Amino acid sequence: MSTATYSTDRPPNVSGASLEPQAAVARHPLDTCADDVIKVLRDDGSLDPAHDPKLAPSEVIALYRAMVRVRQLDERLVALQRQGRIGFHIGSLGEEAAVLGSVSATRPQDWVFPCYREFGAALWRGLPLQRYIDNMFGNANDTVKGRQMPDHYTYREGHFGSVSSPIGTQITQAVGFAWAAKLRRDELATLVYFGDGATSSSDFHSALNFAGVFKVPVVFFCRNNGWAISVPTERQTSSNTFACKGVAYGVPAVRVDGNDLFAVVKVARDAIARAARGEGATLIEAMTYRLSGHSTSDDPKAYRPDAWLDPWRRLDPIERLRRHLERTQGWTEAQDREIEVAVDAEVKACIAVSEKVAPPSLDSMFEDVYAEPPWHLVEQREQLKAGPRPKGHGGR
Amino acid sequence: MTVLRYREAVRAAMIEEMERDERVYLVGEEVGHYQGAYKVTEGMLDKFGSRRVIDAPITESGFTGISIGAAMVGLRPIVEYMTWNFSAVAFDQILNNAAKLRQMSGGQLTIPLVLRAPNGSARQVGSQHSHSMEHFYAHIPGLKVLAPAMPADAKGLLKSAIRDDNPVLFMESETLYGVKGEVPDDPDFIVPLGVASIVREGTDVSIIAWSRMVHVALEAAAELEKEGISAEIVDLRSLRPLDEETVVRSVTKTHRAVVAHEGWPYGGVGAEVADRIQRLAFDELDAPVLRATTLDVPMPYNARLEQYVIPQAARIIENVHRVLYKS
Ligand SMILES: Cc1ncc(C[n+]2csc(CCOP(=O)(O)OP(=O)(O)O)c2C)c(N)n1
Ligand SMILES: [Mg+2]
Repeated sequence: MSTATYSTDRPPNVSGASLEPQAAVARHPLDTCADDVIKVLRDDGSLDPAHDPKLAPSEVIALYRAMVRVRQLDERLVALQRQGRIGFHIGSLGEEAAVLGSVSATRPQDWVFPCYREFGAALWRGLPLQRYIDNMFGNANDTVKGRQMPDHYTYREGHFGSVSSPIGTQITQAVGFAWAAKLRRDELATLVYFGDGATSSSDFHSALNFAGVFKVPVVFFCRNNGWAISVPTERQTSSNTFACKGVAYGVPAVRVDGNDLFAVVKVARDAIARAARGEGATLIEAMTYRLSGHSTSDDPKAYRPDAWLDPWRRLDPIERLRRHLERTQGWTEAQDREIEVAVDAEVKACIAVSEKVAPPSLDSMFEDVYAEPPWHLVEQREQLKAGPRPKGHGGR
Repeated sequence: MTVLRYREAVRAAMIEEMERDERVYLVGEEVGHYQGAYKVTEGMLDKFGSRRVIDAPITESGFTGISIGAAMVGLRPIVEYMTWNFSAVAFDQILNNAAKLRQMSGGQLTIPLVLRAPNGSARQVGSQHSHSMEHFYAHIPGLKVLAPAMPADAKGLLKSAIRDDNPVLFMESETLYGVKGEVPDDPDFIVPLGVASIVREGTDVSIIAWSRMVHVALEAAAELEKEGISAEIVDLRSLRPLDEETVVRSVTKTHRAVVAHEGWPYGGVGAEVADRIQRLAFDELDAPVLRATTLDVPMPYNARLEQYVIPQAARIIENVHRVLYKS
């Protein structure tokens, strides 16, 4: 990988800092310009050839479309929640390049282990929009049959694992999956997403350690978005980067400007290539920023003045990519408008359909608890239909 | 007396005990700057500062273990989990350490620790966020488990818990935080552990409940009254220690019992209560003891399904009918 990679044989503080703990980085947008942070996309829309992943123009447009679509969906879903039509949404506003750039580096055989903000990755891997919206309503067509909160889907067909609420649990699972695949000589890697906050979880540390020892083909993708609900990164860790945590476990790590699509694609492709070469795991710290509240249940005004967002809004990943498109492909507002109209129509149509789909059947609640329905669940199901009749009690 | 919401009563208990004893501190995710995920700890960071109201990094096993260590040295930690669901990540610290250190150390170590959080179902939070964790923890010797339904009990019991020299687990409920009730202002007011309360007197059937289900039982009792059935409601308040005397006294009067709780029936606290009743009041019973519980499946998210899975007043009423041979 690049010269700025955090390899295991050099001190973590490549940006010239001492080993003394400092404020964790990415609190300020300037931090994304530190020497060790991989960047490709310049302010004027041109690309730094040093790390350019050399995407074809059509690829760039496809990713741009996907990012815009995800953002528009976010807006629409927040509105639906405010109207009381869905119960919850957790989105990726401001983190679109980090999510789409990384997932676009995966190959068909690879598996994604999501955190909960990566619906863009699920859609990229083929989850039909209709199914995603069904999940928002928890209806009968929801891939997880109305059992989990909105944005907690599973999409096996697209090699997209289950969104799990307890923080960090997917990180060890992604390692186990990739490790077992390696034992079975299946050539694949896993890409696991988690937040900066999740690096405090025990699973993060267990996962990195195991992946280091067993050279597991896994890509750890830390979305450092500056916040864990109301807790800023400097109260999450006193390390001066999250990437440096890889060093301790013998897992090479790299920091990347998470709002730079090209840089994210580059480091994610490199990491998957490393995994494919049998060289083991990589930790990517993507420095980005959560522009929205934590979820629709959160009002960030209580802990984060709006003015703090301004510098990050200037680093908006979609705006930056758009500048590149203008420069290289003569992108126009009319083309933006075209995307907007198309996405709007598609989203509206899907919502109209999902909203009318019935809830999952009562019977469905007793399915999938075990591989085969055991007698006591069959009995419960029948009782529910007939009205409760606790067994073993007289009166009839 | 002041009318307080449940969340305010919990807060009042913590504030009074922190003022009374400087060894008491509060730690958890979002308890400080955010004022608590459910605003239970509002104003506490300002009042006590960041030495005593501590925003923890996201590692329940970590800050539980750290608090066990702090308790060993003589502090009296209050640990807040965002919900009891996330305590599962700290289960080993609770089961193998908090609960057993006194016993394993031959009595040399004392762990005066309070663990508290909302418990049980909330509205539509799905499979992983809706657990009734009291059933897991009440199983463990060395722990005390409280689940008050009323604001006054929340305050009085939490104060007792903080003064207790054992690990005490305190179960709140997101659905109860807004409930109002008269709460004594006297800083010396406490509710002793292990004492149930009769929240409604009746003669035909005893409904034994705790936490949110006490309120559901009250709803059911009002319906039953319309049919001429007089239900007595025993609010256990404390699940371990368990006030079997009050339960037995009630059943001795009514001769019929329904235990109503959230959480799965299999091996739950309701089964424990039913066992006590059949052992200690066998001759008094006119019908088997029944339970109105959450169905034996993980909680669905879909609102319609969730309503079927969570025990409602109707499920209590159906079971009351059955112990009265009315269905
Ligand atoms: C074990 C556990 N504890 C607490 C929570 C509550 N919680 C949900 S999201 C979150 C913050 C996570 O922050 P981060 O890892 O940075 O991810 P981000 O939301 O910023 O993407 C917390 C504390 C949880 N889901 N699981
Ligand atoms: Mg974060």
